[in-house]
Amino acid sequence: MTRPKLPAALAGLAALATLAACGDSGSGASGGTPAAAGGPIAVEAKDDACGLTKAEAAAGTITFEVSNKGSRVTEFYLYGEGDRIMGEVENITPGITRRLIVEVPDGGKYQTSCRPGMTGDGIRADFTVTGAATRQADANVKLGEATKGYQRYVNAQVEPLQAKTGEFAAAVKAGKVDEAKALFPVARTYWERIEPVAESFGDLDPRIDAREADLEPGQEFTGFHRLEKDLWVSGLRADSGKIADQLVTDVNEIVTKAKAVELTPLQLANGAKELLDEVATGKITGEEDTFSHTDLWDFRANVEGSQAAVAALRPVVAERDPALAKALDEKFAAVDALLEKQRSGEGYKLYTDLTPDEVKAFAEAVDALGEPISKVAEVVAQK
Amino acid sequence: MSDRNGGVSRRRLFGLAGAGAAVAGLGATAGVLATARDPQVRATAVDTSAPVPFRGPHQAGIVTPAQDRMHFVAFDVTTRKREELVALLKDWTLAAERMTAGEEATQGGAVGGAPQAPPADTGEALDLPASALTLTIGFGPSLFDDRFGLADKRPEALVELPRFRGDDLDARRTGGDICVQACANDPQVAVHAIRNLARIGFGKVAVRWSQLGFGRTSSTSTTQATPRNLFGFKDGTNNLKAEDPTALAEHVWVTEGPQWIVGGSYLVARRIRMHIEIWDRTSLTEQEAIVGRAKGTGAPLGQTAEFDQVDLHVRGPGGVPRIAEDAHIRLASAESLKGARILRRGYNFTDGSDGFGHLDAGLFFICFNRDTRTQFVPMQQALSANDKMMEYLEHNGSGHFACPPGLSQGGYWGEGLLG
Repeated sequence: MTRPKLPAALAGLAALATLAACGDSGSGASGGTPAAAGGPIAVEAKDDACGLTKAEAAAGTITFEVSNKGSRVTEFYLYGEGDRIMGEVENITPGITRRLIVEVPDGGKYQTSCRPGMTGDGIRADFTVTGAATRQADANVKLGEATKGYQRYVNAQVEPLQAKTGEFAAAVKAGKVDEAKALFPVARTYWERIEPVAESFGDLDPRIDAREADLEPGQEFTGFHRLEKDLWVSGLRADSGKIADQLVTDVNEIVTKAKAVELTPLQLANGAKELLDEVATGKITGEEDTFSHTDLWDFRANVEGSQAAVAALRPVVAERDPALAKALDEKFAAVDALLEKQRSGEGYKLYTDLTPDEVKAFAEAVDALGEPISKVAEVVAQK
Repeated sequence: MSDRNGGVSRRRLFGLAGAGAAVAGLGATAGVLATARDPQVRATAVDTSAPVPFRGPHQAGIVTPAQDRMHFVAFDVTTRKREELVALLKDWTLAAERMTAGEEATQGGAVGGAPQAPPADTGEALDLPASALTLTIGFGPSLFDDRFGLADKRPEALVELPRFRGDDLDARRTGGDICVQACANDPQVAVHAIRNLARIGFGKVAVRWSQLGFGRTSSTSTTQATPRNLFGFKDGTNNLKAEDPTALAEHVWVTEGPQWIVGGSYLVARRIRMHIEIWDRTSLTEQEAIVGRAKGTGAPLGQTAEFDQVDLHVRGPGGVPRIAEDAHIRLASAESLKGARILRRGYNFTDGSDGFGHLDAGLFFICFNRDTRTQFVPMQQALSANDKMMEYLEHNGSGHFACPPGLSQGGYWGEGLLG
């Protein structure tokens, strides 16, 4: 798994959603002129009134300066149609002024609300935003196909993930150490291919895939890596079977959720990049499978997962930036060729059997691939 | 060149250069003088080559405006004799006071001694001005074992740091009985100071680990612009500043524990490797979301200018917090940490490469606080557990040291502890 962990992936999704929502890429938080035409709109929030110096503004960046002139802690909201929150500022204590800067791309009818006591519907008033909506329709058929295509890939991975994790757990419980050791990297392959998807489900990912070094104080060591340690280092323990059962339960839960998740094209592009980051920070250093040293299996799976996400987006990339599409093909092929050299039997050499030069060659190839992959999101976000 | 040989001493050279600089800088510094009454603060605000007073109520190098360069060293004490340790600390104090004044480690040390003898000063800082060199000493928990009978003088706050989630500490970059932080505006001056202290210490101490920092990542004075770290972001905007003595009294200067540490401060050092190659492939939007600030202006998300107050209660579309729940500045904010703040004094570093085609680069974090147990530790626990930035960081070195208060005339380093 990635180093730290739980809510990170969720917040990442939110950040992506924000990016997608506000249109053109790159503007992010640093763009935009905050004090748009006319300067900030002062809001006087009292216990029984919510006075604005203006009830109208041009589309774009609108700044409110909210002063609490009442006796209770208050909040201020700007709502769009259907009470969609455009922006809000909370916890404004009496006597305090706080600022809310909102991006409002579309003209139309909005509502402001002061909420003394921070409860209820608040003191509402209409607010008009003038100006044309400049956003283009977002219905790109190819992008829609991309997300559907990747969804099919995820669905194709979760079933063997469930099956192989089940076999692995059964072998652990039956005390069949050699069989369990052989199944460990196989089950993980399906996991690692869809890891960014799995990571978006809060605390399930650490329960399934936390590394011992990344545990929080007091956090129980569970999941794949705990069983890895049991199998390779300490020998099966009294509670290994219980850990294996829990792993199966957690994986089943992930599978249910993964089938239902709806990804945006941007999330796909970022997922492809995150898989490469995983390789660069975890697998190339041999930190992922520190007891079994089967890191190259995970390496291969991350690259395959990344390639699947890129492949889903490829028609769009090929259309908008043919040179990037070509670079991606070449760099994936280069990583692939290096991995093929390390094949051993059904799988791969142990990390500990690689020479420093071989590790360095992997690192360089992953860096070379990481650069073009990092450009996919931008291309996908273009309108 | 030594005084005895009739050359230009380092001090006199700086005096000449300083005069010109002072005139040129007059307009810019007029306002500074009014706010910075502490001579250790004022000196570098006026002239980056001038000396910073070595003695004062507090050690220099804490609220002194952060110099541009750093050389930090941790020593193991190798002698078992307390009197040898005391003698070394006295020798160090003499040399340190001279070097911070822009002089050689000993009078005529570089070329003024006996020709048959190796020079007493290593010489690479001859002709260089004082460059605001400060030398700050601290004592680590391990010094308080049974070797020197100091166990009952160990402050309770001088704890062994707990293990933080994701720590990957290298024993060769961790711990130490004594630390010295050398900061200067010329890297050669900082290195010269550490080198000569190490040399004076042979047989009594040995270098355990050391770290160079090439660029400051914090401002410790309102006279300074906020610098950027290797992620390209302004760092330490909300740092404690020398001009706010009330906050320093509350968060930096020790008031409890054995008498020898009262008026001092606890230093925490962390070598934080940054996976800059991975970071550089991350979109601007995500970088800003991780930090919680705009990369260009340094403004907190949802605000417009760098020093606008961080408002954790502003939400954007869909009620999503503008500063994410796992954003660095939210987790590190005093508001999220029950008021805990620290004085940061870190430096950017690059130490060659890692053998995998990547730069071994990062931030050598240094902070000073009044009680590490209630300030740095909870902050780092929050960050190591939840900070999205941790995905790009690896803490691989660590140290905790008690820095005694400053020296009065005639006093020597560690006198309160060992005297």
